[in-house]
Amino acid sequence: MADHGMKLTLKIWRQKGPKDAGKLVDYPVTDVSPDMSFLEMLDVLNEQLVMKGEEPVAFDHDCREGICGMCSLYINGRAHGPQTGITTCQLHMRSFNDGDTIYIEPWRAEAFPVIKDLVVDRSAFDRIIQAGGYISVNTGAAQDANCLPVNKKDADAAFSAAMCIGCGACVATCKNASAMLFVSAKVSQLALLPQGRIEAEERVLNMVQQMDVEGFGNCTNTGACEVECPKGISLQNIARLNREYLSAALMSEK
Amino acid sequence: MCALNSKIPVGPVDKKWTDYKDHALLVNPSNKRSIDVIVIGSGLAGASAAASLAEMGYAVKCFCFQDSPRRAHSIAAQGGINAAKNYKNDGDSTYRLFYDTIKGGDYRAREANVHRLAEVSAAIIDQCVAQGVPFAREYGGLLDNRSFGGTQVQRTFYAAGQTGQQLLLGAYSALSKEISKGSVKMYNRHEMMDVVNVNGKTRGVIVRNLVTGKIERHGGHAVLLCTGGYGNVFFLSTNAMGCNVSAAWKAHKRGAYFGNPCYTQIHPTCIPVSGDHQSKLTLMSESLRNDGRIWVPAKLEDAKAIQQGKKKATELAEADRDYYLERRYPAFGNLVPRDVASRAAKERCDAGHGVNATGEAVFLDYAAAFERYGHIEANKRNLVNADSATIIAMGKEVVKEKYGNLFDMYQQITGENPYEVPMKIYPAVHYTMGGLWVDYELMTTVPGLYALGEANFSDHGANRLGASALMQGLADGYFVIPYTIGNYLANDIRTGKIPTDTPEFDEAEKAVKDRISFFVNNKGTRTVDHFHKRLGKVMWDKCGMARNAKGLTEAVGEIRAIREEFWKDVRVPGSESDFNPELEKACRVADFLELAELMCLDALSREESCGGHFREEHQTEEGEAKRDDVGMAFVSAWEFAGDPGKAVLHKEELVYENIKVVQRSYK
Repeated sequence: MADHGMKLTLKIWRQKGPKDAGKLVDYPVTDVSPDMSFLEMLDVLNEQLVMKGEEPVAFDHDCREGICGMCSLYINGRAHGPQTGITTCQLHMRSFNDGDTIYIEPWRAEAFPVIKDLVVDRSAFDRIIQAGGYISVNTGAAQDANCLPVNKKDADAAFSAAMCIGCGACVATCKNASAMLFVSAKVSQLALLPQGRIEAEERVLNMVQQMDVEGFGNCTNTGACEVECPKGISLQNIARLNREYLSAALMSEK
Repeated sequence: MCALNSKIPVGPVDKKWTDYKDHALLVNPSNKRSIDVIVIGSGLAGASAAASLAEMGYAVKCFCFQDSPRRAHSIAAQGGINAAKNYKNDGDSTYRLFYDTIKGGDYRAREANVHRLAEVSAAIIDQCVAQGVPFAREYGGLLDNRSFGGTQVQRTFYAAGQTGQQLLLGAYSALSKEISKGSVKMYNRHEMMDVVNVNGKTRGVIVRNLVTGKIERHGGHAVLLCTGGYGNVFFLSTNAMGCNVSAAWKAHKRGAYFGNPCYTQIHPTCIPVSGDHQSKLTLMSESLRNDGRIWVPAKLEDAKAIQQGKKKATELAEADRDYYLERRYPAFGNLVPRDVASRAAKERCDAGHGVNATGEAVFLDYAAAFERYGHIEANKRNLVNADSATIIAMGKEVVKEKYGNLFDMYQQITGENPYEVPMKIYPAVHYTMGGLWVDYELMTTVPGLYALGEANFSDHGANRLGASALMQGLADGYFVIPYTIGNYLANDIRTGKIPTDTPEFDEAEKAVKDRISFFVNNKGTRTVDHFHKRLGKVMWDKCGMARNAKGLTEAVGEIRAIREEFWKDVRVPGSESDFNPELEKACRVADFLELAELMCLDALSREESCGGHFREEHQTEEGEAKRDDVGMAFVSAWEFAGDPGKAVLHKEELVYENIKVVQRSYK
């Protein structure tokens, strides 16, 4: 691989802890194979740093196949890097050229504080789901699955919304750091299904309220979130969320 | 230490579970509030158990090492979940699901557990639909099914290629509902470091807060390990990077027997290794075998030309292709169980017929499917005179609808377009059937310590069928543990809060702190991954798809040597009181280095071939696995005795009263 390895300059955000100041630090890397994934390239860098007695770069990752939603890098000013429709762990080095300089930063949003280097705290998303992103059915209480036919079109639309992996790219890429795409995906999934309609009003009100409490910004319909979403979650979900919210707010007795 | 008592209820197999539930002890709702249950892991088994137990009224604490419970690796399961609903009217039944699972497991699973699994399977689908899991549906609005390896009925429910994701998010939503009520206290980015036993019962855990490095004590009346499998002992596997054996291994060292550690599932359809930098392998769903045809060049010279890049797959005439699964197993063809498909691929590649530069890959070809679906589409649209290009294009559209995300993923990783050239696949480590030995109640040999999902050994014997892992994880969490745990906790209603300021907790915490402090202060010269990769290579070469006594004996020696070197020469940067991923890895690899030896010992002692365990000494003339049903029809349960090499073997005899044990045949 050494013959056709790429040489790159990485400019990586280093930050010791949540309260420390951070800065971009330069790291040259060599012998990068185009078949490597982006995170494997960082693995190689980290191995070298450890051997040099330096602290490796902390970054979140787990499944490395684009489904767990844990990886989260802002690469050259774009969430999950230059390609669309994939997460950072699915990005391969053949998307870059020999001699490139690559900027690597964490998600930046007030609601996602940095823990260390490129690792941020996304527990705000968990708390939004806890505010209502579920159907209140207890184990054992369900009727036969086929007692409840669901129009295929609705089921497919619910599935498309449910594909959200909760990575936070939508927030990171939004100039307002809005979480509307994330929230709308869950609201839509459950609003489109008959079993989710029963709590639909409460759900949308509570989830939007929690979103605001967490410090996410407002949506101004720039559409950046849809472009950068690795799972192609559609802006139509935000439109649906707005409809659901408006009608719930009008009908609400609260 | 208690002797092996599997606590299988008496009576006919189809009445055992009902009878058990009718007589199991109960804990009344007000007493449940003062009973603490600790759940380690938040995958399908952990999230479903934590949510269900909290709904019942227990005070639950749940821990996961990821930043959110929604990240657990169950999320990556692609293909589907089995259930004996018989919605297809094709002859499915509880008995058939039971039968297929026992047979698929090569007659090395416990009848009573598997029958219970089949019995509760249908309720899982009901539960998930009620939670809003968007399964694939037909135009009439009812649920769709597809077929999977090792079965002749269509009983697999699915949500495109993201079934695991949808089921996990369903369980996560149930868990979130309970967290919001305060009935589950969730600890993200916390890793279990040890279990704590008091007077022979498990009474708590030591955990590490991965952000601050703080070591914490948590007391509980019962501890549930829902911590997944140990495929990452091979370094390269389809598991997530964080998957590890540490919780199970710590439990093992505290007295829980380890069941069948050598049973590893090598999945036949993964993207082949591309280079030394590789950190993990990616699975292409088994569902692709529904429509794809697997082949290698029939002639060695063609294979060589393809390996050297001088010939393309598409240039080979039909007669020059060897569809070896269809040839060897006409009844099941490309849908033989995973172990059979993997070994057949290895056999062809070892014979020189592999199709990439390394010689370790076979083709998964969709050309025939494009044509077949194209013709169906042309018929539907009344296009009588459609030319072949139009038909192929329409067929590709249909395939895209069914498998588009998988095809995209393939292209992303390999840089090749699978709509134009056949995909290349090769087997990779995927799942571990072995795990902590548990009885019928899912309790390990230590009272109060349970293991659920992939972390236990119980339901898949020597080989798991596709779409059965999701079923088992959710069965254990939603429908088994809520009934069995009461039978134990009913005796604990007067115990009161478990104190953590006892010598047992002191001792466990000190051992954890000592180990961590050793790692950060040991100024070695090699990284953790260096040792992990070496271990993985030994395991893959000598305890992988094919094993023999000579290789396994060598492996034991090599593993011991790597382990010794690791403890002398490992380098872990950073501090113990900080977010330190290298330290996390060091703790996990230390446990893999011990488990690996036990896996080899288990593989050595199992003098037969069964399921995922193929001993070269035990095969038929046709190269098929040869079981020994007289001498080896037992579960190996290993007791820790101070060193992995000194583990003591206990045997649980497997008795088949409801299934005739025969040599598995898919011909």
